[in-house]
Amino acid sequence: MTAVDDRPATPAEAPRRRPNPLLALLRNSWRQLTSMRTALVLLFLLAIAAIPGSVLPQRGVNPEDVRDFYTANPDLAPLLDRVGAFEAFSSVWFSAIYLLLFTSLIGCITPRLRDHVRALRARPPAVPKRLERLPQHAVVPAPAGGAAAVAETLRRRRWRVAVRGDEVSAEKGYLKETGNLIFHSSMVLVLVGVALGSWYGWHGNRLLVAGADQVFCNTRQQYAEAKFGPRVGDDLPRFCMQLDEFDAQFLPNGQASSFNAKVTVDEDGGAPRQAEFSVNSPLRLDGANVYLLGHGYAPVIRYTDRFGRTQTSAVPFLTTGDIGLTGEGLAAFPDANVDPETGERNPDLQVAFSGLYLPTAPQQPPFVRSEHPTEQNPLLDLVAYRGNLGLDAGIPGSVYQLDQRQVRNGRLTEIGAKQLRIGESWTLDDGTTVEFVGTQRYIVLSVRHDPGMMLLLVSSIGLVLGLMGSLFVRRRRVFVRLLPAAPGDPGGGSPTGGSSLVEVAGLPRTEHPGFAAEFAQLVTAIGGRSGDAGTDPGAPARAREGAE
Amino acid sequence: MSALSDQLVSIATLVYLLAMISHAVEYALGNSRARAVAAPSRELVGAGVGAGPTVAVTAGGAVVGPAGRAGRAARRAELGGRIAVGLTAVAAALHLAALVTRGLAADRMPWGNMYEFVLTVSFIGVAAWLTVLVKWPFLRRLGLFLTLVMVLLVATAELVLYTPIVPLVPALNSYWFVVHVSTIVFASGLFLLGVVPAAAYLMRAGYEDGRRSFPYTLAKRLPAAAGLERLTFVLHAFSFPIFTFAVIAGAIWAEAAWGRPWAWDPKETWAFISWVVYAGYLHARATPSVRRSTATWLAILGFLTVLMNLFGVNIFFEGLHSYGGL
Ligand code: HEM
Repeated sequence: MTAVDDRPATPAEAPRRRPNPLLALLRNSWRQLTSMRTALVLLFLLAIAAIPGSVLPQRGVNPEDVRDFYTANPDLAPLLDRVGAFEAFSSVWFSAIYLLLFTSLIGCITPRLRDHVRALRARPPAVPKRLERLPQHAVVPAPAGGAAAVAETLRRRRWRVAVRGDEVSAEKGYLKETGNLIFHSSMVLVLVGVALGSWYGWHGNRLLVAGADQVFCNTRQQYAEAKFGPRVGDDLPRFCMQLDEFDAQFLPNGQASSFNAKVTVDEDGGAPRQAEFSVNSPLRLDGANVYLLGHGYAPVIRYTDRFGRTQTSAVPFLTTGDIGLTGEGLAAFPDANVDPETGERNPDLQVAFSGLYLPTAPQQPPFVRSEHPTEQNPLLDLVAYRGNLGLDAGIPGSVYQLDQRQVRNGRLTEIGAKQLRIGESWTLDDGTTVEFVGTQRYIVLSVRHDPGMMLLLVSSIGLVLGLMGSLFVRRRRVFVRLLPAAPGDPGGGSPTGGSSLVEVAGLPRTEHPGFAAEFAQLVTAIGGRSGDAGTDPGAPARAREGAE
Repeated sequence: MSALSDQLVSIATLVYLLAMISHAVEYALGNSRARAVAAPSRELVGAGVGAGPTVAVTAGGAVVGPAGRAGRAARRAELGGRIAVGLTAVAAALHLAALVTRGLAADRMPWGNMYEFVLTVSFIGVAAWLTVLVKWPFLRRLGLFLTLVMVLLVATAELVLYTPIVPLVPALNSYWFVVHVSTIVFASGLFLLGVVPAAAYLMRAGYEDGRRSFPYTLAKRLPAAAGLERLTFVLHAFSFPIFTFAVIAGAIWAEAAWGRPWAWDPKETWAFISWVVYAGYLHARATPSVRRSTATWLAILGFLTVLMNLFGVNIFFEGLHSYGGL
C-alpha cells in the first residue's frame, strides 16, 4: 500500500533545451490533475456535492415535492433552480467534479496500465548483492537439485520465477495491480454505461385499465410521462398489451403482501401470448422491459344524457397515498348532450363528475378515507358539474382534475353531490342520470429501455472482483542464492556441515503482515533438509520465541 | 416468540452494560502494564516493512505481573477484562437469540425495518469484534469502547426504533433484497467495528506524540498506535468490497423493482456518499503524503455517513426506501 508514488509513474523525460512555457504549464497541470492528492480532493468534493441532492427535492425523484418547495419558498426556489439544485446530479457543478475526477482517473491509469503490462512481461529482477539486508533472510541447506529444484518449488507455489545461474528470483502477487487497474477501469466503464443509457435509453409511464377495450400499443404518444434520450429514434419497439387481470393480496391491516398482473402481449411478429409480471419481476420484452409501479381502482361510470344516449367510461381514480387506496378522479363527458339529429354540440352542456372512490368506506360519515385497500364496502362520492369543461380551449389540463378556472369564471357550475354504491344511479336536475356500474383494476406501468444496462452489470462485476484483487492480494519477492560449500560458513551451524547452503531472502512490496510466516514456510519448502537447521534469527524465529 | 425476542433484547442490553462496566474496571485497575509487557510476542504491524513500532501482546492475556500491589491490581484488571469478554460473548449470544426468535416470529429475515436493521448491524459488529479478539487478544481494552457503542445502539433500537412485527411489502420480497440487505448489514457492522480502533488510534497517536490533555489521556492504556491503525485498515479493507457489492446488489434489485438501477433517492445518495468517503479513506491511506491520522479521520467520517443513512435518511427524508417503520 505504501509503495505508491504520489505521482503516477510517468517516467521523467529528459529536460528539453528550451522548454515552451505553455507546454510546461500544461504538463504541470496535467501532473497535478493526475496525482493521488488531486484524486483525493476530487473524491471528497464529489461526496460533498452529493449532499444537496439528498436534502433538496429532486425533479428526477419526485417532481411534486419540487412544486411544493416552490410554493413554500417562493423567493429561494428560483435561485436554487438557477444553480440546478433540483436536478443536482445533472447540474454543471456536479458534472464538473465527476468529469474532472474521471479525467484524472484516466490520466492516472493509462501510464499504470502500460507499466503493468511491461512488468507482466518482464522477468523478476536479478538477485541483489546483499540479501541479508532484506526484511526476511534465512540460510538453509541446499536442496538436492540446486537452482532448478528451488525454481521448481517456487513455480509449484505459483511464483513467477527467473533463474540466472545459481540465483533464483521470484515474484508473486501481480494480481494486485491487475485488480486495481480493473477496478479503476471498470469505473470508467460504469460511466460509459450511464452515458449510453441516457443517450439511447427511454422510458415512459402510463396507466393501464383492465379490459379488452383498453389495449395500449407502444408509441411515444401513449405515455403520459416520458423521457427519451436524444439519440432515440421515432420507432419504439412495437408491441401491444392488454391487462386481463390484476390480483393484489393484502393483510388485514391493509399492507400489501403480493401483486400479480396477467396480461396479453402482442409483440411485433409473434402471436399474442399470455404473460404475468409483478413487482420485482418485470416483464422483459424484446427491446423494452415493463415494470409494475402501482395500482388502483377505476370506477365504471355510465352517463345517460338528455337524448337518452349513454356513455360508459372506466376512469382510473388516482390513489391519494393512503393505505386504504382512496382514489381521486374525474369522469368527464365532453360529448354529452350532443343532439343526435342535428349533431349540434352545445359546449355549455358538457358534464363532468369529480369525486372520491373508497374501496372500503367507513360505516359512518365522513366518507373521505377508505379503511382497507380491498373492496369491502365500495362507495363513490361524486360531485356533478355542468357547463364548459374548457377542454377545447387548448389550455393544457390534467385529465384527472377539473379545470378550476372554468368553475371560477362561472362557465362550469356545480349541480350537486351524491354518494353511490355499486349499481345505484343518480338522476340530476335536468333528468339525466349517472350510474355507478362497478369498478375495474388499473395498474401503473413503467416501460423502459436502457442499452447501457449490460455494460453496467459487467463493469460492476469488474468493480468488485478488481477491488478484491487489489485489496487482498500482496505483491512480494523472494530471492535465492546457492552458496558454495564452505566450512565455517557464518550461516552454517548445520549439523551435517560442509554441504552446500542456500541463502533465501524475501521482500514484501506492499504491506503484508503475514509475510514472515509465508516466508518461513517457503524456506522450509526450499531447504534440502528438515529446514530447522541454520535459520538465522530473523522474524520467523522471532515469532516462535514470542509464543513461549 | 415476538415477546421472547423483545425480552432477549432487553437482557442483552443489560449484559452489554455489565460487560462495559467490567471493561471499565479493567481500565481503571490496569496500571502501566501495557508498558511493562513490552516484549512483542506476536506481530500485528507489518513484519519487515520498515519494522514499525511493535505492539504489546499477551497471548491469551496471560501476564507475569510484577510483584507486589501493582501485581495484584494487574491480576484484578486481568480478571475484569476476562469477565468483560465473557459477558460480551454472553450478550452477543442473547443478541443472536433475539434476532433468531424475531426472524422466526416474522417468518422472514429480521431486517425489514429500522429496528431490526440496527439490531442486526450491531450484532454483526459484536460478532466481528469477538472474532478479532480471538485473533488478536491484546486488543481487549478496546472492548470498553465497543461495549459502549453496543449499549448505545441496542438501547436506541429498543427505546426509539421499536416496531412490532409485520411482513415485508411486496417490493422488499426479492432474493436480491436479501442479498442486498444482508451484505449492507454485514458491511455496516464491520464499519461500526472499524470505528473503534480508528478512534482509539487517533487518541493513542496523540498520546504517543506527547499530548496529555483530555481525550488523549484515555489512550494511556491502549495498544500501540501503529497496531490500531493497521487494524482499522484491515477492517475497512475487508468491508469496503462487501459494501461495494451490497450497493451493486441494491442497484440490481432496484432495477427489478422500479425499472432503474439508480435514481439518486436519498438512501441511494447517502450510500454513494459513504462509498466515496471510504474510497477516499483507502486512497488517502495509500498516498504517502497524506498523514495516517488524516486518513483515519476519513474512516470516521465514513461511518458518520453510514449512520446518517441508517438513522437520518429514514427520519428526515422521504423516498422509495422509506420502509423505516417510523
Ligand atoms: C473515480 C474515483 C476513484 C475511486 C472511487 C477510487 C477508488 C480507489 C479505491 C477504493 C482504492 C483502494 C483499493 C486499493 O487499495 O487498491 C484505490 C486505490 C488506488 N487508486 Fe483509486 N480511485 C479513484 C480514482 C483514482 C485516481 C484519479 C487515481 C490516480 C491519481 C487513483 C489511483 C489509485 C492508486 C495508485 C491506488 C492504489 C493504492 C494502493 O497501492 O493500494 N485512483 N482507488
